[in-house]
Formats: sequence, C-alpha cells, structure tokens
Amino acid sequence: MDMPAVHPHDLGPTPAAPLPELPEHSSRGRLERVLRRGEFAITAELNPPDSANPDDVYERVSHFDGWVDGINATDGSGANCHMSSVAICALLTRVGYSPILQISCRDYNRIAIQGNVLGAAALGVCNVLALTGDGVQGGDHPEAKPVFDLDSTSLLATMKKMRDERAFLSGRKITDPPRLFLGAAENPFAPPYDWRPLRLAKKIAAGAQYFQTQYCYDIPLLKSFMQKVRDMGLDKQAYILVGVGPLPSAKTAKWMRSNVAGVHIPDAVIKRLEGAENQKAEGIKLCIDLIQEIHEIAGVAGVHIMAYRQEESVGHIVSESGILKGRQPFRRAFATLADSEMPPSAVAMGQVLTPA
Amino acid sequence: MSRVPAAFEPAGKAPRDGKKFALRFWSNTHSRGMEITYSLVEKMLHVAAPLFKAIGYERLEKPVAAVEATIKGALFDCRMCGQCILSSSGMSCPMNCPKNLRNGPCGGVRANGNCEVYAEMPCVWVKAWEGSKAMEHGNKIMNVQPPVDHRLKGRSSWLAVSRGAHE
Repeated sequence: MDMPAVHPHDLGPTPAAPLPELPEHSSRGRLERVLRRGEFAITAELNPPDSANPDDVYERVSHFDGWVDGINATDGSGANCHMSSVAICALLTRVGYSPILQISCRDYNRIAIQGNVLGAAALGVCNVLALTGDGVQGGDHPEAKPVFDLDSTSLLATMKKMRDERAFLSGRKITDPPRLFLGAAENPFAPPYDWRPLRLAKKIAAGAQYFQTQYCYDIPLLKSFMQKVRDMGLDKQAYILVGVGPLPSAKTAKWMRSNVAGVHIPDAVIKRLEGAENQKAEGIKLCIDLIQEIHEIAGVAGVHIMAYRQEESVGHIVSESGILKGRQPFRRAFATLADSEMPPSAVAMGQVLTPA
Repeated sequence: MSRVPAAFEPAGKAPRDGKKFALRFWSNTHSRGMEITYSLVEKMLHVAAPLFKAIGYERLEKPVAAVEATIKGALFDCRMCGQCILSSSGMSCPMNCPKNLRNGPCGGVRANGNCEVYAEMPCVWVKAWEGSKAMEHGNKIMNVQPPVDHRLKGRSSWLAVSRGAHE
C-alpha cells in the first residue's frame, strides 16, 4: 500500500523555508492551512528538556514525526524552569516542523514579549499561544517575582496590533510585521462555567484565531460548553482544539487533580483506571476513547495531545483513534537520520534533509 | 499572619479568606447598588470638572487620591491602580487577582470557585461574573481591557474621570 502524501500546500522548497503564500491566510504556517482546509487537526505538547543540548529536543520531537500538525513548546509550564519556548521553536523550524510558541505573561513584561514575538517570527515561527501562565507558587521558584504585565487577552490584542497595524503597543511602527496565527487557551472545566464560552468570545474579539483547551476528561461538561459555543456561532469564528492526554495511573490522576492547577478529572475516570490490570495501557485506551468521542462533537476542529512523559505513545494514540482518516501530516525522513552518522542537531544546522 | 504561597501585594497583608466577612464581598453582592452610587459620583465629577480645573488637578491629586484610597480601599480592597474598571468587573477589584488579570479568570480556578494561588480566597473573576450579572451594564465585562499603565499607580481615578469629561 502506498503511503499517503503530505498535502502539497504543506511543503516548502526546503524544510526550513517559509511555505508559499496563500490568500486569506494570516500566517505562512502549516497549522493554519490544515485547519482552514477543514481537516481534523492534531497538535502535541513537547516536554522541554532541562538541558542545553539541542539533541534532547530532536530526540523528544521524533515521537511526533508524521503524526501531528503543530508542536507546542511550553513556556515554563507549571512555573518550572526549562529550556525556553522560543529556543525550542527555533530548533524545530530549522528541520521543517510547525512549532507553536507559548508565551506566558508570568515571566516577561511588554517590552520583552514584543521583542520575543518579532524574534520568533524571524526564526520562522508562525503560531503562538497566548497564556496567562501558572502562578509561581506551583513551581520550583515560588520566591520569584510574578510579572503579569499583560494578561492573555491583552497579549492577544498586542500581537494582533503588531501583525495587522504593524505597530508596537507604543504605536511605534514595525517595518516588517510578524505573520502569526494567534491562539489562546480555554478551560471549559473550571468555574465560572457559564462564563467560559463568553470568555472565548472575548478572546476572539481580542484576536484569537484558534484555541487549545485544558485536559478534557469530562465529555458531558465539554458538550454543554460546545453547545453554548455553537449557539453563539463562535466555532465559526475560531478553531477549537480540545486537550487530551493519557493518564499513566490512577495514583497520578489523583495527584494531578489535586495539585495541577485547572485539571478536572471525574471519579469515574479514576475508577476505570483503578479497575484495570495494566493502568498505563488503560490510560492510553481511555485517551483514544476520549478522542473518538470528542471527534464526534460538532464544532471541534481538532485535538491537542499532552502526553507528559509519554511522548512515545502519541503515534499509537493518533493511529488507533482513526482521526487522520488517511491523511499524512508533515513527516521528516527520520529513517535517513537514523542511518546518518551525524547527530540530529548537526543535520538540522546544515539543513541537509529534505522532507519525505 | 500565615505564610502565603507566592508574593502578595501589598506586602504584609494577607489574601482575603472567603469564609470570613469582608466589605469587599458585600460590595460585590450589592453590585447593582454600587453601580447606581457610582453613576451619581460620576455625574458629580463631571459637574465639578470646571471647579477642579480652576483649583488645578495636580494640586488636588494628593488629597483626592487619599480620600479615594480610603473609601475604595474599605469597600473594594482597592489597590489604587489609577485606572479603575470596577464598573466593568462586577464591582470586584481585579488588582486583587494575584496575576493582576484585567480581562477575566485564568484557567486555574478551583472547582469551589477559589483562587489557584491563594486557596482560601474566592477567585476575583468568579465574583466579578456574579456581580456583573446583577448590574444594569454588566455586559461591560466583555470589553477588552488594555494593559495597565503602571505610571498611574497611586493616582486618583476619580480625577481622571473628571478631567476626561472636561477635556
């Protein structure tokens, strides 16, 4: 059987080159194209290394190759220190991936953020995700000064202004604006539940074009959220990718729901894991079941897989859930890479490879 | 004073415990009354604008800011950001949010409606949403707020309103 080909619009002359312009598109990135074509998009979260070695990034991302349309590089998630999002994104664009730059308002003021946005765009980053950021109390530096100069909504408005009005917040002109696809987060599983769809509308008004949600383990709650979203017509104004992830064990699930901000896991999910002989395998099966259910909900444009420390299971989850429907997301020739004597970073720097 | 899990502003104070009475919660549940009161204050500020101008806004800044800080400090735990948006936040002061969010709640709100950072404090924006539902112009909560101008910290919002009406 022939392998399905990557969509021609999703390939550039070289892996690192920006994709050819398409009308109406605000970015030259692959994620926006996939979503605009109406395909069920898949993004995945990369767990950033605690090291300065680029090969750690390339090793981790290899699990996503050919399975996802966008890769989120987290920005100090949980207020823990890791390799920066902008650096990981720059490493990923060099080899042709479509990274999503996460910007957390916790750590930078408006001067740093706007500078970083320009720099990231110059390095080939086409997608951003505007985040408030977890509080410093949850991380490894609780004594840190929380910045929060902007909030996620005003950050969206800032980037929209940079892109569309070609100006900084100050009004000073930008000669070549960043061509960005603007994203935001939403948590339908945290109070005030009846405001969450309206908050989505507010972020769309500020500039959000797509959303990635917090982990979904509660389908009825998601359905009532999406009902309101559809009633307001918001699913026609922005793409909504629902967050999912495999739970490694019932114990971890319990720990997560009481210690990770904004994570809601119903008792039924914990019971299902507890009842399984192999909890890890059951967690993956549960994730696949959830994806299939989410796929059936009208107005959902894709899923965002956060397989923390289980990155190797992402390919299995995507293929088993059947959501690709014969489509082939961008894939690098990692087979070539395995044969190569050079470490992936050296190959990336020289841009030796061409996409498969 | 119990230790807080992350820096609290102003230093030395503790975040409000939702189980204990505080005037700020009362003001929030009486948001409609506060809205009516403020619309009267706003009218007065507009009427008084020529007088304020004659005296000189800068001369008035310190005393008026002191009065405003006292009144709004008592009623709302006001932090004197100098660019008040209480009318757009259900009469719940957003500067009490440990992330200083001006456009709505973060994704970390606890299932009981409390703050992610200070577990005993009700989320400022959960309260804001409740307050705004009782207000006539509660839909102002949907306005996208610009980032805070940190130069205005400590200055009077009332004088700014009066000045804005005059100019």
